[in-house]
Amino acid sequence: MKRPAVIFPTLPAADPVADPARRRVLKLMAASAALAGTGCSQPPAEKILPYVNMPEGLVPGDPVYYASTLLRGGLGMGILVETESGRPIKIEGNSAHPASLGAADAQAQAAILTLWDPGRSRTVMHAGRLSTFPALQEGLRRRMDEEARRGGEGLRLLSGPVSSPTLLAQIGEVLERWPGARWHVHDPSDSGARASAARQVFGRPARAVYRLERARVVLSVDADLFGPGADGVCNAQGFMQARKGSPRARLYALESTPGLPGALADARRTLSPAQMEAALHAIGLRLGVPGLAPLPPAAPHRAAWLDRLCGQLRAARGACVVAPGHSVSRRAHLLAWRINAHLGNIGHTVIPIAQEMPPRRDAGRPSDEGPATASHPATLGELVDEMRAGKVETLIMLDVNPAYDAPGELDFSQALSQVGCSVHMGLYRDETALLSSWHVPKAHELESWGDARSHDGTASVVQPVIAPIYGGRSLHELLGMLATGTSGSAHERVRATWRSIWEEVAGKPASAGAGRPIGQSGAQDDNAAGFESWWQATLRRGVLAGGPAAQALSPLPDAFEEEGGLAKDKEASGQAGLIAVFANDSNLIAGEYADNAWLQELPRPYSKIVWDNAALISPATARLHGLESGDVVSLAAEDSPSRLLAPVWIMPGQADGVVTLPLGYGRSIAGSASPGHGFDAYVLQPVEHGMPRRTRRVGMRAAGERHDFACAQPQKALHGRKPVRTVQVRRRPEDAPDVALDAAVSHAGARAARSGPGDQPSLYPDRRYDGYAWGMTVDLDACIGCNACAIACQAENNIPVVGPREVALGREMHWMRIDLYRPEDEGRAQFQPMACQHCENAPCEVVCPVGATMHDSEGLNVQVYNRCVGTRFCSNNCPYKVRHFNFFQYAATDPAAAAHANPDVTVRQRGVMEKCTYCVQRISHARIQAQKEDRRIRDGEVVTACQATCPTNAIVFGDLNDPDSLVSRSKASTRNYTVLEELNTRPRTSYLARVDDPAAQLEEDDG
Amino acid sequence: MAENDMDTTAVSAGTPVLGPGWTAGGVTDKISHIVLGRGGPWTRGWKAHWRWRGALLISFSGVLVLLSASAWLFMRGVGLFGVNMPVAWGFALGNFVWWIGIGHAGTFISAILLLLRQRWRTSINRYAEAMTLFAAGIAGLFPIFHLGRPWFAYWLLPYPNRMELWPQWRSPLVWDIFAISTYLLVSLLFWYVGLIPDLASLRDKARSRGKQLAYGLLALGWRGDARHWQRYESAYLLLAGLATPLVVSVHTVVSLDFAIGNTPGYHSTIFPPYFVAGALFSGFAMVVTLAIPLRHYLNLRDFITMRHLDLAARVMLACSLFVAYGYASEIFTAYYSGDAYEIHMTQDRFTGVYAPVYWAYICCNVLVPQILWSRRMRRNVPALLIISLVVNAGMWMERFLIVVQSLHQDFLPSSWGVFLPSFWDWVFLLSSIALFVWLFLMFVRYLPLISMAEMRGLVQETSREDLR
Amino acid sequence: MKPLLYGVVGRFETPQALLAAIRALREQEPGLRLEAYAPYAVEGLAEALRLPPTRVPLITLLAGIAGALGGFFMQWYAAVVSFPVNIGGRPLNSWPMFIPVAFEMAILCAALAAVFGMLFANGLPRLYHPIFNAPCFDLATRDRYFLCVRPDSVNSADFDAVRRLRQLSRLGASDSGEVWS
Repeated sequence: MKRPAVIFPTLPAADPVADPARRRVLKLMAASAALAGTGCSQPPAEKILPYVNMPEGLVPGDPVYYASTLLRGGLGMGILVETESGRPIKIEGNSAHPASLGAADAQAQAAILTLWDPGRSRTVMHAGRLSTFPALQEGLRRRMDEEARRGGEGLRLLSGPVSSPTLLAQIGEVLERWPGARWHVHDPSDSGARASAARQVFGRPARAVYRLERARVVLSVDADLFGPGADGVCNAQGFMQARKGSPRARLYALESTPGLPGALADARRTLSPAQMEAALHAIGLRLGVPGLAPLPPAAPHRAAWLDRLCGQLRAARGACVVAPGHSVSRRAHLLAWRINAHLGNIGHTVIPIAQEMPPRRDAGRPSDEGPATASHPATLGELVDEMRAGKVETLIMLDVNPAYDAPGELDFSQALSQVGCSVHMGLYRDETALLSSWHVPKAHELESWGDARSHDGTASVVQPVIAPIYGGRSLHELLGMLATGTSGSAHERVRATWRSIWEEVAGKPASAGAGRPIGQSGAQDDNAAGFESWWQATLRRGVLAGGPAAQALSPLPDAFEEEGGLAKDKEASGQAGLIAVFANDSNLIAGEYADNAWLQELPRPYSKIVWDNAALISPATARLHGLESGDVVSLAAEDSPSRLLAPVWIMPGQADGVVTLPLGYGRSIAGSASPGHGFDAYVLQPVEHGMPRRTRRVGMRAAGERHDFACAQPQKALHGRKPVRTVQVRRRPEDAPDVALDAAVSHAGARAARSGPGDQPSLYPDRRYDGYAWGMTVDLDACIGCNACAIACQAENNIPVVGPREVALGREMHWMRIDLYRPEDEGRAQFQPMACQHCENAPCEVVCPVGATMHDSEGLNVQVYNRCVGTRFCSNNCPYKVRHFNFFQYAATDPAAAAHANPDVTVRQRGVMEKCTYCVQRISHARIQAQKEDRRIRDGEVVTACQATCPTNAIVFGDLNDPDSLVSRSKASTRNYTVLEELNTRPRTSYLARVDDPAAQLEEDDG
Repeated sequence: MAENDMDTTAVSAGTPVLGPGWTAGGVTDKISHIVLGRGGPWTRGWKAHWRWRGALLISFSGVLVLLSASAWLFMRGVGLFGVNMPVAWGFALGNFVWWIGIGHAGTFISAILLLLRQRWRTSINRYAEAMTLFAAGIAGLFPIFHLGRPWFAYWLLPYPNRMELWPQWRSPLVWDIFAISTYLLVSLLFWYVGLIPDLASLRDKARSRGKQLAYGLLALGWRGDARHWQRYESAYLLLAGLATPLVVSVHTVVSLDFAIGNTPGYHSTIFPPYFVAGALFSGFAMVVTLAIPLRHYLNLRDFITMRHLDLAARVMLACSLFVAYGYASEIFTAYYSGDAYEIHMTQDRFTGVYAPVYWAYICCNVLVPQILWSRRMRRNVPALLIISLVVNAGMWMERFLIVVQSLHQDFLPSSWGVFLPSFWDWVFLLSSIALFVWLFLMFVRYLPLISMAEMRGLVQETSREDLR
Repeated sequence: MKPLLYGVVGRFETPQALLAAIRALREQEPGLRLEAYAPYAVEGLAEALRLPPTRVPLITLLAGIAGALGGFFMQWYAAVVSFPVNIGGRPLNSWPMFIPVAFEMAILCAALAAVFGMLFANGLPRLYHPIFNAPCFDLATRDRYFLCVRPDSVNSADFDAVRRLRQLSRLGASDSGEVWS
């Protein structure tokens, strides 16, 4: 059983039970098929190990799951990769990993598409001409010899944030070998304010880890709490845990532009970044944070809601979180740290941990601040200064694209032209690649060995599940070249690192220094066996078990020296004028996912725009400038010549005087999907502390042009309809039992929640579904609108991408769409995942002339693609409009698309209708298993794609005939209701009403 | 043409439906000469021929456009049209309903007026039936154009297959298939049975061997035997009796395509009668539209008299009133029902994106026809022509609005959208009209556009009246 | 083969004359085989000739009933026996929704029966008929009326063609003559 399975196409030993010849033939067929898919590249020689449920060899059609890790801003997110005959086709969460806890967000789900993207870089380029790895190795060696003479004075490393122990070790080696060399880090998705504030408070690069499951009150200050950061999934899950608990945890959101926390919050305030800073200051004063300058008696700081908010925070002392986001200033971050410290949250709900550093003494730049044991990376700003000064001879850029995403103020491209030899390694031949003397194709995380630490410091292994499809190399190999002149095997490097980790964990005598491959010195041969089994177990789990938790930092004594009062900050002064906020895009983040068509076509949570970014302004601002959505404006900073043409989108809930510019668009070149969409906001971005600054004062005037957005949901008002229902929590003792919540809905709620077949009369006898009756509930109180389910559905069900033109025509194909509703009374925005409701009295079925859609014996509303002739009558008659039609041949036909398609799901032809099937392929997979073992399908055995990836477990699926199944119990909730029940379609999918907690309101009128 | 068309004699029930001084032989010669290319209109010399040929050429180029457009459509996919989600039905279905409607007047005139013993039908039923046939045929094309996979259109028919697959009988589209094909077949039979004696006349009057052969074969050897006439009459009467409920049923079924659906704006019980009335409305408008040029260019003013135009105009007026009632009751039921969705849909009609279309067809179908109350206007031929064209346009807009506007804002606001016709939508609409014109021109040239046998009968009756 | 005498034909100018002639002949010898030809359906012609009522309506009625039953049965068989599936929770035999097709089938079958029954009973299509040999019979489809007296049997010696000719012309028939097949 514990025999290590070997990744295809190295064939595993045949199963003795079955006839070997036949199985061998099958495997060879599968192998060759998959080889064709992988562009005939060679498999890795190393063994990698599947997740705990071991496959008996490789049975085609039986997926094998491997544990691996995806990187988000350098931090690890644990995943399981589903491979079908050796082809990775789907990504699921890894429940053992703290950043995943079994869920995966949209970007993680979409990684599969990037892995197979034919637009990825395939060859080494030198001075714009094709080259080879040997040539690169040779070139690098000569370069390094020159550097060696100068002690590496001219050598610079530029990378994104790094948490990988192996990579850090390698960087350490490089810096060790060339003492003059320096390592710079550039993270376009981070903000200088956050980093420098943390550095001031803790004397070293640090980040905050939130433990929202312990929190009772959370205050989000323009923070991307629930993604798309590396800790989004974890935060969402933690907060939902706290909110389901009793007393129900409360969330307050101060936002400059609508974000996910705002929709979830009990109360949301729209403030500009400057006002937020002022608000934090005011909160600090009210809470009695020592050493705060008194505020000028201006309007917002006296507001009553601040008193209530402070009351809440005070009540939840030690169990609350103040989470500042990217948009706010360094000072606001400092204020947040002080408030958290003052309330005693640090160490309980807010755990600051140190940024991972190369394990090395007194190297890099001699750090003036913080303990000298860590070598801190320098910033991009410093790098550019040195490049300008001509100090940089050799620049190694590791998986970064500064030519595109460096703040425009730095003008990196110009500086790059002054560097003698620049080496760029990346997935795509992007802007930087074109300007560098060398470009090296990088292998995707799913193609190469590596490791990473999660946001909370847990180490996990990056395990390849397929040979590099387009022949890339990993960062480890490139750094190996630098350090040793020869690209060692990444696998060996990682094993070496983990061996040392193992020695720490298992307390073995640290006989081997990290870095030297194991097995060379015979000293630890006795350990080898022990390590081998531990290593295999770790690979299966994907996560380091029982590793030491990253130790929590504590603020330096002199951390909170108040420097610079409120008014000193230029942007804080005066509400007049316009503040540009450079925000991470909800799909592309800072641009690294720009070539992912799934993320491009994923509607933004609020604007529902696809394939595009827009300058978001509030209705009042629009009126002030006489603008309408789609008008192109020219944005210019007062203190710089750079200009930016951008179309505006009027966004209710946006702070007046704030224009939000999502990053990641306006790519000139790159892979397949990105060029020619949106505008490049980096042009305007300023620098602070050598790092990207997130706000800038700008002037805006109409450019007189128009731009047509492709918007997936034009109509966001409710028009007096109630697809989303809300129930109110009755006031109850704080120590009420956890179950109290459902029972506590008011009568109105109970009425709102009444539903279920039978309470409406019907002319027809009720159909009986013996056996299974599949059903689903979606908890709207738990849904955060993160879109992960939409992409998971797209990946699972081979849903095609149609492109902006078709979306603009209203032909998007997402089976699972997230509806957004904005109550007219400026209430909370409401998200509602909407897929086929699988009505028992399905209106669509009655009108299909060829019976292409019908009910199966388990109550599924099934669509027979090859019977459909495309009258589209079913869609007309579907009150939920969840059916999608192939107006053209949308399904891609290139080999890559075929390779990552789910073989269990039909790829639909032009002219047929399609829709959610409740993942019928997963149901039948479970049924086959159950039948083999001669039993009923167990509850929770069938997990739909959307359900599996939901970070907050808002979606529950199961058998309604089983009274104890999770879904039956969920439907028993008094919050349970069906959409448009007056039509008596009797949907199998029902929703749990949102919960409104009057006690949590901040306003006088409500609460 | 106006002054010589202005008929000064008062048009009343007493006015003959046939000009004075016509004998059986006379009418036969007059009508058959149009077909045989002697005398008749062609005496006007080459101009008449070239006018016809020119019209034929233009319309035929339109037919070629239709052919190539449909080829492109089948190659690329139905996405060429402006349809989307939620508006999955667009021009194609609107055109379908419109053409079917036009195809109603013919059978109505031939069948129902025959049963009602309306003598004035005699001289207009033949070309009205041809119009019906062509319109219904063209209507039948559009559902196929509209399919996602047109090459599987035959799956809607029940045919023996090994998979034991059947159509889904609860779907109004299946009812449609049966209704339309039945209607086409019955109209064709009705038309052809009516043609048999005339074909015999042509056979006997033709001089060239070719024509004699062609018409002779088509005439099936008709010889006017009394015994045959007896059976013929009874069969023809039976067909009329069968066609009458058929006419009503066909547009009822078409209306059920919508009324069965639960979409606000579709789901309405008034649809069947309201659609039938609308069909007759557009049908009679088309009859008038065709009658006026026919009687002008083929100088048939003695056969298609002002009396005919006057009566057709009165039917149009009646239909217009009925349709107006339909519109009113739709609005009333929407508000009376208190159904939020219906009310929203109605308000959207008044003020929404498609409001201009709505008000336009209210003018065309309700206001403009009221002119026909005036006897003077009923006798003013150019005015009649314009009104009939206006009504045709108005009825098309009504069909379009019912199909599209109801869909574009239904239950969940999240799925609301707007339909805008694409270039190809217009191509198919216009080229289908070209096809209709082309077919009609061919008919006028090669088949008797007025029933000679029945005209002979009419002559005898009128002469006997004269004797009395 | 030697031509057979088909009958004796007389031509009349008006339907009234034709009817008068027929009535006269029927007065004298009720059993006489008469065939009348008219360019349109002359009222009272059938009565004058004492033709038996046609059976076309009966055929039509039967076909209509058969069509209705057959149409409904087809749907019932398809939906209940051959291809029973759960469509929108409706009962298998949702008969109200089967009515439209059954109705259309009834109309279709009845119409086909009426037309083809008529043609069959008339022995049409028929490309040749002796009567076409009658002098200027082409006017029979324009404005002339013909009456044909047939011999009782094909080769009856007792058929006195000359007498019949005289009889017809006495009744007002212009250029009457014999018609040979």
